[in-house]
Amino acid sequence: MTSVRTLLEKPWLWSFVGALVVWLATVAFTGGYGAGGMVTAALSLAVFTVIVGVGQMFVITLGPGNVDLSLPANIGLASAVAMKVMGGSDSMIVVGMLAALACGAAIGAVNYLLIWALRIPPIIATLSASFIIQSVDISYGRGLQIKPPPGFADFTNWQVLGIPVLAMLTVIFTIGAALALQRMIYGRSVLAIGQNIRAAWLAGVHVGRIRFLTYTLCGALGGIDGALLAGYFRGANVDIGNEYLLASIAVVVIGGTSVAGGKANVPGVWGAGLFLVLLLTMLNTFGVSAGVRLVLTGLIIVGVITAAGGEKAVR
Amino acid sequence: MRPEMTAIAPGTLPKSSPRGSAARARLLRGLLPALSLALVLMAIAWLNPRAISYFGFNLMLNLAIPIALATIAQMFVIAGNELDLSIGTFVGFVGCVTATWLRDAPLLGILVLLGSIGVYALLGALIHLRNLPSIVVTLGMSFVWQGLAILVLPKPGGKAPDWLLSIMSFKPPYIPFPILAALIIAAVVHFGLMRTSYGVILRGSGGNAAALRRAGWSLLKTKIVLFALTGLFGVLSGMALIGITTSADANIGNGYTLLSIAGVILGGGEFVGGRVSPIGAVIGALTLALAASPLLTFMHIPPDWQVAANGAILIIVLAARVLISRRER
Repeated sequence: MTSVRTLLEKPWLWSFVGALVVWLATVAFTGGYGAGGMVTAALSLAVFTVIVGVGQMFVITLGPGNVDLSLPANIGLASAVAMKVMGGSDSMIVVGMLAALACGAAIGAVNYLLIWALRIPPIIATLSASFIIQSVDISYGRGLQIKPPPGFADFTNWQVLGIPVLAMLTVIFTIGAALALQRMIYGRSVLAIGQNIRAAWLAGVHVGRIRFLTYTLCGALGGIDGALLAGYFRGANVDIGNEYLLASIAVVVIGGTSVAGGKANVPGVWGAGLFLVLLLTMLNTFGVSAGVRLVLTGLIIVGVITAAGGEKAVR
Repeated sequence: MRPEMTAIAPGTLPKSSPRGSAARARLLRGLLPALSLALVLMAIAWLNPRAISYFGFNLMLNLAIPIALATIAQMFVIAGNELDLSIGTFVGFVGCVTATWLRDAPLLGILVLLGSIGVYALLGALIHLRNLPSIVVTLGMSFVWQGLAILVLPKPGGKAPDWLLSIMSFKPPYIPFPILAALIIAAVVHFGLMRTSYGVILRGSGGNAAALRRAGWSLLKTKIVLFALTGLFGVLSGMALIGITTSADANIGNGYTLLSIAGVILGGGEFVGGRVSPIGAVIGALTLALAASPLLTFMHIPPDWQVAANGAILIIVLAARVLISRRER
């Protein structure tokens, strides 16, 4: 009995419940048709949100005001870099992935450099950085019509028994992220900084270094995401990351991570990612117009966050 | 002092330097938004002297009025330590309503616009009562406004009401209309927020909410008022925008979210502590409006790099602010 209660108190449970409800509603509407396919599609699309969501989660956990607004530009540039380095040949896949990773990590490092050197709020720092990255991408990716190598495109679309391999790998990655968050010094430091940056500093946490690592990590994840997206959608694109600004923040918060920082939740990112993708699938299945779909998406996000409630005031 | 430490807590460290020099640095800091505007103007004057004229300003500052109004709207929520990520799509929604219903069925249009201000007030109440993060709530609302805008106006089009067109094409003698409008907006909001007693309470809700509550003020009310003011200025921004562009599009305001946040910060505002400046915000908006395209066009910066130049200008101004704040300490 107590175990049920502790389970119900887990904030991440609700995002999975939400995803399940949305899925059941869609299946009921179609009369059971395409129920499995929907899960497969949801898993393959949720992967991209989950990867950047985990990066965004670490950044948001650093405390109020910490958020990475440069992710969309980062994803766009990394997708172009990956496709250019791979140059359509299977032998360059690993090099291309590494290039995208390095590109993303460099963007994250620059983000933190701006925050640290100019002492400006991360929102503005990452925003100004994203303007610059966007221009670099437009200029670099102009007329870039390189298809991903066939092996890479197949890999990002590869399924075993209806489960996308990319989703399995991402599950392993998120388990690693959860361990890093809860069991490693790095993760505990991130949480400590989010709870009280001054106390963390006095306790000997290397605040600057941890913050630098976190922004770099988030950038690197954005870079990988860009490469994978370019593989999955068969081509790089300046706008490929646009929807991931709102999505990355939304999955973090719907997944039960505190916007005030200091409290993070990895499983919730998966639940919320699936929830958002399935929600979109449901609205598409219902055949509603684009306007109605947007209105409902927005209202459901506001409704979920209202139902989940904010944090109780600590002080 | 360790660099990490200074990175963590800007502005919270004790100011130990003699009062005179601190005051001078604070004055300098207050003047920084105006200085950056002057710098951009000088650059434009140097690159193209003919632009500094009545018609030049009318052209260059064409879109400055809606940007300034949206920035003021954003400033009100920031004064209460919140952030509105939906102001851009809200401006777009207002634009669509203005170009359709406000012209064809004025009464319905007015009701819808008043109702949308009411929605903003409700959002403020919801955020306060349920202790919700405003970033997420307004993020959700940005979808709602965008969706509603598409429903009102599925295809770009519509037409601004004639009275609005004539207001926005008003040509006062000597002073270009955008500058006159910016002065009026800045003066009105400055008086309301900085010079009235309730304005102090509103800013105080961002500065020290606990103290206000203990003094018997309703934080629910301050939040509702701040959000309603944001809605009001968002409506004004959308209407002004349509008065200039004459027709609407559901995506017309999307860029305003980030532009308005940048304008507030450029104008000397801070995300926490109720530290905002209406005059600074308007100046920040004008700087952005000028830096956004006229300056870059005169500098022959290719369109590819114009966005980057915007980011660079933001970074340069903020870097200057850091240099000055360092002296302030």
